[in-house]
Amino acid sequence: MTEEGSGKEQSVEMELGEAAVIKLPRSTSLARADGLLVRLRPFYEGVIHFALFICASISVLVTVGIVIILLYESVQFFFDVSIIEFLTGTRWTPLLKPQHFGILPLMCGTMLVAAGSAIVAVPIGLGTAIYLSEYASPRFRDIVKPFLEILAGIPSVVYGYLAIVTVSPIIRYLFPSAGVFNAASACIVVGIMILPMIISLSEDILQSVPLSLRGAAFALGANKFEVTVRVVVPAALSGIIASFLLAISRAIGETMAVTLAAGATPKLTLNPLESIQTMTAYIVQVSQGDTPTGTVEYRTIFAVGLMLFITTMVMNVIAQYILSRVGEQYE
Amino acid sequence: MASTPLVKKMIQPSDKATSGFSKAPIVRPSIPSGKRMRTADELAQATEKISVRDMSFYYSENRALTDISLSIPECCVTAFIGPSGCGKSTFLRCFNRMNDMIEGTRVEGEILLEGQEIYSSRTDIVTLRKRIGMVFQKSTPFPKSIFDNVSFGPKIAGIRKKKDLYEIVERSLQRSALWDEVKDRLNESALNLSGGQQQRLCIARALANDPDILLMDEPASALDPASTARIEDLIFELKEQYTIVIVTHNMQQAARVSDQAAFFYQGVLVESGATEALFTNPQKQQTEDYITGRFG
Repeated sequence: MTEEGSGKEQSVEMELGEAAVIKLPRSTSLARADGLLVRLRPFYEGVIHFALFICASISVLVTVGIVIILLYESVQFFFDVSIIEFLTGTRWTPLLKPQHFGILPLMCGTMLVAAGSAIVAVPIGLGTAIYLSEYASPRFRDIVKPFLEILAGIPSVVYGYLAIVTVSPIIRYLFPSAGVFNAASACIVVGIMILPMIISLSEDILQSVPLSLRGAAFALGANKFEVTVRVVVPAALSGIIASFLLAISRAIGETMAVTLAAGATPKLTLNPLESIQTMTAYIVQVSQGDTPTGTVEYRTIFAVGLMLFITTMVMNVIAQYILSRVGEQYE
Repeated sequence: MASTPLVKKMIQPSDKATSGFSKAPIVRPSIPSGKRMRTADELAQATEKISVRDMSFYYSENRALTDISLSIPECCVTAFIGPSGCGKSTFLRCFNRMNDMIEGTRVEGEILLEGQEIYSSRTDIVTLRKRIGMVFQKSTPFPKSIFDNVSFGPKIAGIRKKKDLYEIVERSLQRSALWDEVKDRLNESALNLSGGQQQRLCIARALANDPDILLMDEPASALDPASTARIEDLIFELKEQYTIVIVTHNMQQAARVSDQAAFFYQGVLVESGATEALFTNPQKQQTEDYITGRFG
């Protein structure tokens, strides 16, 4: 016991090739060495543990906080406005006299943009995903992918003014009855915005279809198109649908482009050439304006926000549920 | 401390076997009584279905198969045996041109199906693959119903009538000995079947195309012994109507199901002949070493 320390140091030899020999220090004693750092080890381990826990908690607390604020202000709003009128009323004029609080025009505007952008994005997105996954050479795929990432990175406000200065004039040229602000231009730019999402998610799902399935279909005398349409796409279908839902939910929540492009006229219409207003655009309008806090007008944005939150959350939950089942298919 | 001499003893080259291969008990695969196996004479008299002449196969610059010549007789089972990486699967996939899917592959020499060159530029690959069905090592049911799986080939061949499709599906499933197990649930997903059932479904799916030839790439290697036995029984029944070529790792299986066997080693066809002759009296030392389990 007198030879603590140097006597118990041994070294492990690791031979690398012929020449190099690296020695790792190794103690044969299992007893803990004495020292301040060693004695404090349980303490700073605990500090790190706690700090990381706080980081993880923040997102949970913020989510809960937002939902509570939305609910609290919405409940206040529903003291003044009946929930029936809110959900079934066909006129939305909270900032004008006489006031009407029917959310249907805003809901209709949001759904018009969501559906219109889906009509633009779904065929192009699915076609692109199929081309990239099944037909394109790896080299072409490597070229296209960065472009998709750039497309996904363009700020939505840029899409918004592109809609006004580029898309809208074209639409007005084709359909002279269209206004400067119209739903169609919003649909087109939002469709382009959600395109990268549909393409990358769908392409991942298509790629995850086992190669052996393609081989089996080829061995049965199918040609490339038949293999793609009859085997690969059906096998990936639920995942592809989930990618559509996630993208549409993004379109519903999209704010800047629709605020700029679609106008600020809450209108219960399905005509894409007219100016409309979406739920998000209304929230922008009120948040920026000089509506005094604490009034009914001011609280409308929380009720509208709650509706928006519920709509996108339901779509996301459905999409996640479908996606979670895709993985089980090939177990 | 006691382990050292033991290890030394074990790695000493055995006096009889080719040096470098560890000594193992010599087990010659037993040939079944032979009542259902075709004799060498029958093999010699059978019509030649596929003829391979001086064929070499390349993956880009690497030659995977070298100067292979082999005759595959009609309505017989031909087994390709050999260690992993010997080229037997590659060779099998040449017959229905599945290797075309891999870029940079190249074939030299001839493979003739009833006298017609398979690798001719005028060959229609779709027609070729309808005449030469294939079953893979891993069963590959499409995530569709049992009915849709089996009717896949006929549907893309243009058969639309439900009644005709049903007839083909029933006949194919009966031939693959699966009908009785699935006839009440043709609309269920094929993914709900067991592994052995899925593999018989894949056989039925290949038979639904009405091929002459069935290629099987280790069709039973992922199955339990009972399912394997069913597949082997099935092969015996199917060879009355179809020419079957099977790749197998399992020498016992080759001995049980095949009429003709071909032994491959490092891309070369070492020896081929009637299974009984090849397993009881191989002409080459390498064949002898492989089938007695000294390597591979």
